[in-house]
Amino acid sequence: MQPAAVLTGQGEPVYQLRNVGKTYARNAITALESVNLTLTKGSFSAVIGSSGCGKSTLLKIMSGLIPPSTGRVVLQNRPVTGPRRDIGMMFQQATLFPWRTTLENIVLPIEIRDGKAAARAAEVQARALLELVGLKGFEHTYPGELSGGMAQRASICRMLITEPAVLLLDEPFSALDELTRDFMNMELQRICSSRNATAFLVTHSIPEAVILSDVVYVMKPRPGRIAEVVTIDLPRPRTLDMMTTPKFGQIVEHIRSRLDKEAFI
Amino acid sequence: MTHLEPASGTDADLGDTVWVEETSWLDKVPRAVQMIFVFAVFVLFWDLVTRFGLVSAIILPTPLETFLDLIFVGKNLLSGGYMLAALWITLKEVFYGFLLALAIGFTLGVIVGETAFGERAIMPYLVAIDTMPKVAFAPLFVAWLGFDIDSKVALAAFIATFPIIVGTAAGLHAADTNSRNLFKTMGATRWQTLVKMKLPMALPQIFTGLKIASVGVMAGAITGEFLGGGKGFGELIRTAASQLNTPRVFSLILYLSVVGLTLFALVSYAQRRIVFWQKDRVAGGVE
Repeated sequence: MQPAAVLTGQGEPVYQLRNVGKTYARNAITALESVNLTLTKGSFSAVIGSSGCGKSTLLKIMSGLIPPSTGRVVLQNRPVTGPRRDIGMMFQQATLFPWRTTLENIVLPIEIRDGKAAARAAEVQARALLELVGLKGFEHTYPGELSGGMAQRASICRMLITEPAVLLLDEPFSALDELTRDFMNMELQRICSSRNATAFLVTHSIPEAVILSDVVYVMKPRPGRIAEVVTIDLPRPRTLDMMTTPKFGQIVEHIRSRLDKEAFI
Repeated sequence: MTHLEPASGTDADLGDTVWVEETSWLDKVPRAVQMIFVFAVFVLFWDLVTRFGLVSAIILPTPLETFLDLIFVGKNLLSGGYMLAALWITLKEVFYGFLLALAIGFTLGVIVGETAFGERAIMPYLVAIDTMPKVAFAPLFVAWLGFDIDSKVALAAFIATFPIIVGTAAGLHAADTNSRNLFKTMGATRWQTLVKMKLPMALPQIFTGLKIASVGVMAGAITGEFLGGGKGFGELIRTAASQLNTPRVFSLILYLSVVGLTLFALVSYAQRRIVFWQKDRVAGGVE
């Protein structure tokens, strides 16, 4: 639990935000103020905060959906000025399209980008990804027949098919029941480490943020800002058993106390 | 740490708790029997009303008269008589009217649902026209297109177009934020977003519009014939009514309803095949 300055990332920086702010002209609300963060190669970071703390705004800026009002947003040494192919996204809902089979859903980003022929060629990688997430044999199943957890596995494959430089995860498992959610988080860790992926997770759950992350950014509202950067120095790979250790409890308790102070003002 | 169930000695003398939920005896009767029962009561009531002369035979024929006329009309249709020729004309009006409504309704629906200009500048006029009694346009269509089937096709299409516009436009708005954001982050063009995401998502609502249109197109064709002459089934009904041949009017209407049901069933079938992923659908319903 050192301050940010002490944090020494091993990998090279992939995604950098410097003094990023966002003011909505419509109601003159400062949604985000002076956000600085660096995602290093292969690291897992999470942002946590109460509703209205600006984490959705932050994610929209990072995904290139909306522009910032101030500051610099740089992914792989190129400024983000709109949606980018090297950004992978995942939402709370699996957002699979029911008229496409699982395989067709997964190669959709390729089809959009390079056309139908390229999508067909990418089916080899798609099958390998399905095997990676444990969905082998469901290639030709329609999403309506997949359970919530299986649908999110398929959406992980769709996110990975373009081999993005950064994964932006918007509360990906919060619609699942708690048992499935814990299990999927461990699966996410396994998948990310097997591909050395750089991931950024937005969540409401402190334990989820702690068990998955190398760094947790604690955000506070009005104006939305990063109040504290918490380095999680639990060993990897993380296991669900770690959630019962005193150290895990201390970290969770520390973050909770930071959030509680201003949550209800 | 494991907790076992308490010893069974305490409740050994109580036995299993098995009980039956209460259901009405009527719910256990098969649907077909229920429907036949309602039909039988209806015919019995109808028969009593005519048998005791409560209503003049000119106004309401007996069930038997109507049944015999149904057979007469059926024979004429099957033997390729003049009624079949009339039915063929009405079918053509309905078919062309539906196709025309589909083409215009879908195109306008996409313009209104997809573009801000269409929603702001065109939709208000469409709503204004939709609130007008569209049957009142029939004399205009006759004046413009003559007494042949063109004027009937036009009225049928005119009535059937609006539900398709509304269904398409509303359907295009059905796409959720995640799907839109996903397509944005994938760098999809507007055309790709429309064709690969918004239109498929709009299909259930487009089909709702088509079902309403399939009912309206029949009404349009028959009204067109009532008001603008022609040689179709509507004209047969008008002639029979002017001759006070009420059994004929009744049986012609029944055959028309078969046509209407068939069209509706065809649209429903197409919906089941095309929108195969839509499961929560009321059987045969509009929604």
